[in-house]
Parts: sequence; structure tokens; C-alpha cells
Amino acid sequence: MQHVSPVREPLVTGGKTYHDITQDVCRQVEAKPNIRWMAALAVALFFLGVFLYSVYRTLWYGIGEWGLNKTVGWAWDITNFVWWVGIGHAGTLISAVLLLFRQKWRSSINRAAEAMTIFAVICAAMFPVLHMGRPWQAYWVFPLQNTFGSLWANFNSPLLWDVFAISTYFSVSLVFWYIGLIPDFATIRDRAKGPIAKVAYSMLSMNWKGSAKAWSRYETVSLILAGVSTPLVLSVHTIVSMDFATSVVPGWHTTIFPPYFVAGAIFSGFAMVLTLMLITRVVFKLEDYITLEHIALMNKIMMITGSIVGVAYITEFFIAWYSQVEFEQYAFINRATGPYWWAYASMMTCNVITPQLVWFRKVRYSIPMTFVLSIIVNIGMWFERFVIIVTSLHRDYLPSSWAMFSPSIIDIGIYVGTMGLFFTLFLLFAKFFPVINMAEVKTILKYGVDNGPTYTGHDPHHAPTHHHTTPGVPASAPITYTKHD
Amino acid sequence: MTKRFALGVFDDEDVLLHAIENVRAAGVKIYDVFTPFPIHGIDDALGIERSRLPIAAFFYGLCGLSFALWMQIYMLGFDWPMIIGGKPHISLPAFIPVSFELTVLFTCHGMAITFFIITSMYPKPKVQVMDVRSTDDKFVMAIELKDDTSNLGQLTQLLRDNGASEVNEKEMTKN
Repeated sequence: MQHVSPVREPLVTGGKTYHDITQDVCRQVEAKPNIRWMAALAVALFFLGVFLYSVYRTLWYGIGEWGLNKTVGWAWDITNFVWWVGIGHAGTLISAVLLLFRQKWRSSINRAAEAMTIFAVICAAMFPVLHMGRPWQAYWVFPLQNTFGSLWANFNSPLLWDVFAISTYFSVSLVFWYIGLIPDFATIRDRAKGPIAKVAYSMLSMNWKGSAKAWSRYETVSLILAGVSTPLVLSVHTIVSMDFATSVVPGWHTTIFPPYFVAGAIFSGFAMVLTLMLITRVVFKLEDYITLEHIALMNKIMMITGSIVGVAYITEFFIAWYSQVEFEQYAFINRATGPYWWAYASMMTCNVITPQLVWFRKVRYSIPMTFVLSIIVNIGMWFERFVIIVTSLHRDYLPSSWAMFSPSIIDIGIYVGTMGLFFTLFLLFAKFFPVINMAEVKTILKYGVDNGPTYTGHDPHHAPTHHHTTPGVPASAPITYTKHD
Repeated sequence: MTKRFALGVFDDEDVLLHAIENVRAAGVKIYDVFTPFPIHGIDDALGIERSRLPIAAFFYGLCGLSFALWMQIYMLGFDWPMIIGGKPHISLPAFIPVSFELTVLFTCHGMAITFFIITSMYPKPKVQVMDVRSTDDKFVMAIELKDDTSNLGQLTQLLRDNGASEVNEKEMTKN
């Protein structure tokens, strides 16, 4: 007898069997690319072209192609950098932090979220590298001997910490993601028909056979990677925030930056995960895996982190007043009422007010509302970084040096272009890689569908509570399932 | 070298776990079990010992930490001391972020490489598997058949009695 638990919602709906999961996830990997995917890729490639052109202009003519001036020496580039890195954080949060907290619902979204992390970090890395002006000497950021032309790197500089943080974050995320992909590559390999697919997925699956011992080690490795990734993800945005917090610019020199930035990162990251998932689940018909329950849960995390960000905004204002530092006070009054008031107003509306709509159950469970909300949050978080960076710099110390910033067409081209880069990578991932972690989803298939574990361990006195009465009936069968002979 | 295996194919992981217990109790040695996903409790049922990877991970982390501290102290403290904002050459608080990042970096990569080596995982153009369905929805228990084939019938019966939906024979060439 199977019965659905009255307490726990099943994580996978539609009465799927293990084989159904394989079929549903492998479908788009094995099928010919469809027209919608090709159209989307064409748009993404167009914007990738915009990116390449803007990069060419930046490299050929120099940083003068950007809208920067002597006062505002950091603007869209660092805004976009922080925005993209922040987006990446949700992937690691889902794959590592939620794994440690045993949040089983993460299983069906972690693969795509981690992919998002990796692609977002790639996009983020473009900005500091291009801002160097001479990116072909980017290796100078690493500690190399003096004979290379520079001194040893300065380990007291938060910008150098950033180099270590971002490169560690990228490579660790990549390894974590790849190890998770191996069993699924093996599944695709064992189903592959074409000779190229067979060899390609064999190579990717690294000789994986799914033996009990390999799984045991795999789980150990996953757990430890999650354990080290959790502080890592917090450290990365902490260090990003230190780029600002350790300076003496009014509006930047605040101790709440690390937690405030980390919350903001998770906030914007979950918004991006929602945007991507809402599209992916429809395009690839994965509604039974990424259910309304998932969307509601992600909405809740978005709302909580959004509220933390809201509290941080208010705290900043309070401390500016409480500190009695004139310059600090001016920085904040200028943010809200100065020439960039519209950016501040957009930030406040998008990040503090709109996420509060999630308190309503109807909004939480509504797909169109969630989609609009996720876009609004992404816009708001971009404005947050713009406000922090540009409004603090444009009127920093001497009024004679005050200036305004407006982006050049190349600034806009690079920013829009990184979205092209991001979506090109994401679309290729969605076509050739399994977007859902099949192995992991199979482990949670029985969650909430309580037909009881019939296996109770070694103890001979501990009799199994109830036996598997109808052998051959799949464990995940719906309640109305009757066995056909 | 060719080895022959009897493969018991199961449809459900709980049935498989019972079968593992009973087959082992009957004195049959299980070569390996291939499953599409990790099964809770299979380590105990098969008598697989806990992996020592966490210990390795700890030492990799320690290596990373020591390397990071040595690097920063040597470079800024001894090899080429620079005056940066009048701070001490060896300012440990400023070295914390890089030390932490390298600890994580070494732990992660060290452990991943160790995992690949001990599990003999490497890119291979053709992978031999016992049963291709074991990465999809079947749970396959492999029992090695030694020279005498007399016990195959008995073994088939044992596996069937314990819920195997089919029992196959498979030859594997070791290369």
C-alpha cells in the first residue's frame, strides 16, 4: 500500500518512475535542437557579437572608450562585476549550503543553478580584466617573481584578495559541478546511439559505473566540497565588499558591507535562478521536477534576503546620522536626493518594496508574478551596485572635483554583451548537458510518497515494519497504480 | 583476462538491500553492486568501510594553509619587504583572506584528484559496463562466477527468491 504523506509535499509530482526521470531529462540532450532553442541561441550569439565588438574597441582604443572620468574612475565595469558575481552566489548556496541543511528540494534545481554560477563568474571576470587596459598582462595579478617586471603582489590589498577569491571560487565551483555531472554523463553514455555522442559522453563520464563503493566516495566528496564551499561563498562576496569597505570613501567605509553584500548576492542570485528556471521548466517540460513548491520556496529565500538588504539600507542611513560625520551624512543624503536620486529610488522600490509582495501566498505561487518579480529584483540589484559605486565617487571630497558619470555606448555594449555571453553558454549547457541532476532526483523520488523503507538495518530483532507487498510495482507509482499482468 | 559474472537485476532499492543481506548471509560473495543513484544504507549492507577521504581533505587543507602563509610571509616579509601604508611587513590579519582561499583551493582540488585516482576515474573513450540499465533504473548485483559453473542454477534461484526480476550472465574482458 502506498499513501501520500499528509505532512510532506512530494518533491517530484506526476507519479514518475526512475526510468521516467531518465527519459524526461535526457530528452532534450538526445533530440535534435528545436527551433525555439536555435532562435534563442541566435539572439544570444548576436549579443555575444556586440560583446566582442565592444571588447575590440576597448582593447584597440583603450579605456577612453568607456564613460569614466577622473572623478568616477570606477563605474559600470565594477557595477557589472559585482552584479554578476552576486548572481553566481545563489548557485553555490543551493548546491552547498542547502545540501548541508538537508534541503532535499534543492536536488532538481542545483545543476542549472551551479551552471549559472560558473557562467556568471566568467561574465564577472571580464570586467576587471578589461579594465586593466592591458589584459594580455593579466597574469601580473598573480604572485610572480620580480624578474617578470613587477614586484611580488601586494598581499595587503583587497583587490589581490579578490583575485584569489574569484579564481578559487570559479575553480571550486567548476569541480563541484563536474563531479555532480559525472553519474549523469554515464546515464547519457549508456543510452547514446550515435558514435560521436558515445565517445564524447564516455570521455566526460570518466569511467563511471555506479558501483557501491564509488557512490560511497562520491557522497563523501560531495559533502566535503559542500562543507568547504559554504564558507567559500560567504568569503567571496565578503572580499568583494572589502574592495569598497577598506577604502576611505564616504559611503563605502562601512563595517556592515560584508553581510550586506552577501545577502544582496543571494537575493539577486535567487532572482536569476527563478528567471532561468521558470523558462527552463516550460521549454524542456520539466514542470513535474521544478514544481510550484520549488518556486514558492525560492521566493521565500528571495524575500528574506531582500529584507536583510532593506535593513542594511536603513542601517547605513542610521549610522550616517549617528556617526555625526558630516561627509558620511552628505554621501547618503546625496544618494537619496542628489542628481542620482532616480537610481536610488529604483533600488529602493525594486529591492525593498516589491519583494514584500511575496508575503502573499497568491504571489508566491504565481508563475507570471514570480517571473516579473525576479526581473525587477535583478534590475534593482544592478541599481544597488550602481548607487553604491557611482554616487559615492561622483561627489567624494573636493567640490571642485565633483563630476557626473554617463556610460558610453561601449560601456552599454560590454554589459549587454556579457548577457549574450551568459546566455550562449547557458543554452549550450541546456542542450548538451542534463539540466537536472538525475541521480540526485532519483534519490528523493520517494520523499513524501510514504511507502515506508522496508529495509531496517542489521538488527534481526527489529522486524521490518511492512513489506513490499506487490513486487514489480514501482515504488514511485501513483496511489491509483494497479499492477498489470 | 575474462571473468564471468551472474547479474541479479532488481527494480527497487529496498528489495535490493534485503537481497544483499540475504545473499551475504547465504555465504555468497558479492563482487559489486551497480546502482543509478547512491542508496542510503548500502555501505552497511555490503560492509563497505567509511571512506578516509575526509582525512585526506584535512591534510590537503593544511598544506594549502601552510603554503599560503609561507608564500605571503616569505614574499612580503623576507624576499622583498615593501612599506605599504606604514604597516608591518608581516601583517597576519591582512594575510587571512588569501590563506583561507588557498586552504579551500587545495582541499577541493586535492580531494577531487584523490577521488579520481582511487576510484580509477579517467577519461576513457569506451566504458565497459555490466548492464547499461544500471545507470537508468535498475539495480544490478554482480557475483563473480569461478571456474565451476555448477552453482549457477542455485545462485539464480537465490537471487530470484530475494526479488531479482531477472538474472543474467555476463562476461567481462579485463583490459
